[in-house]
Amino acid sequence: MKITQGQFSFLPDLTDAEIRLQVQYALDNGWALAVEHTDDPHPRNSYWSMWGNPMFDLRDAAGVMMELDACRREHGLSYIRVMAFDSRKGWESIRMSFVVNRPADEPGFELVRTEGEGRSVHYTLRSYATSRPSGARY
Amino acid sequence: MSALAEAHDETVDLQALYERTEIGKILEALDRDLVGLVPVKTRIREIAALLLIESARRDLGLQAEPPSLHMCFTGNPGTGKTTVGKRIAELLHQLGYIRRNHVVSVTRDDLVGQYIGHTAPKTKEVLKKAMGGVLFIDEAYYLYRPENERDYGQEAIEILLQVMEERRDDLVVVLAGYKDRMDTFFRSNPGMASRIAHHVDFPDYDAQELFAIAGLMLERMHYQLDDGAAAALCEYIERRMQQPRFSNARSIRNAIDRARLRQANRLFAARAAPLDRAALSTLAASDIRASRVFLQ
Repeated sequence: MKITQGQFSFLPDLTDAEIRLQVQYALDNGWALAVEHTDDPHPRNSYWSMWGNPMFDLRDAAGVMMELDACRREHGLSYIRVMAFDSRKGWESIRMSFVVNRPADEPGFELVRTEGEGRSVHYTLRSYATSRPSGARY
Repeated sequence: MSALAEAHDETVDLQALYERTEIGKILEALDRDLVGLVPVKTRIREIAALLLIESARRDLGLQAEPPSLHMCFTGNPGTGKTTVGKRIAELLHQLGYIRRNHVVSVTRDDLVGQYIGHTAPKTKEVLKKAMGGVLFIDEAYYLYRPENERDYGQEAIEILLQVMEERRDDLVVVLAGYKDRMDTFFRSNPGMASRIAHHVDFPDYDAQELFAIAGLMLERMHYQLDDGAAAALCEYIERRMQQPRFSNARSIRNAIDRARLRQANRLFAARAAPLDRAALSTLAASDIRASRVFLQ
């Protein structure tokens, strides 16, 4: 099951040329880029690991692509996303975030039902991948 | 007719390409703004021609590896290495060799870290900032300190070499430094020497060229010399060239700055009289002759 998080996630995976164009768009707007990775695909997992520091003052997408390639070499079996941070007053937040790398095999989620008092049922999602320890999931 | 035979008949209009890329204008501006420096201008012309032919070849489908354009500028202080470095970015951008018209100018401090593990991220960060444009490393010989074998400069050099080789289409590296010290630097880093295709030597200026440079500087700052001042400046240059720590155009710029200071002082002392445009923009002989250069 292909997980859909962030921008462009309902489209086919972006090619490197398309990623480069998106990154250049962010740089042209003066946003700082960051590369992050994780192997926990849960939608509420918002704290991904940073790949190096966020990149400020870049002019060309080549620098980001270099970091992305390095991250793929190390974490090719994880989810990797590229984020663009807008530091301008009033925004001070993420303007773009899209997945650029995903494991070949995504097992998807299990719907877990917990029965409570008075036959009430609580539902939660659990990723099949996270049943194994981090680092051995994909 | 087969496609291949057809391809042989194609021609390319170099003149049109020349006009479209506006190289003529850039080279003209280079001639106008930079006095002397004949070997430098010749090399820049050659590079421009190479890139023009390269793009013509590309139009006809003749594929070749893009030429390596990493450069090393050597020369005495004040011979215009940094100025030319900035112009190179503009030129290469216009010729379509680099994607952005920007120069990231760094020295040892920006590349080399202070403790183990600090250098690599620091160097990489600088390289990422320079991607797409020109990385100008001033006083590059400081990167290598032979007296300290545990110096982190070596690490920075290795990362630099790797990126210069792998990311050739993303980045042009320009090293600059004094001739003798760069020679020592290359002798101890043969890998660096062989990866740099263009070694350009900046000659010292002679007195006439320095006077012409002074003229350009004054023009840009909207000053003029009266007749006495022009003669005084000529004499000043002759004398200054004989003295220690002479650093070509930089010395001239400093001399002009000090002359401006004296002119301002002179005008301020006589502030009772109204000043016109000419008085505000003219340097007199006394402004230049007050220099300590004339005392010796």
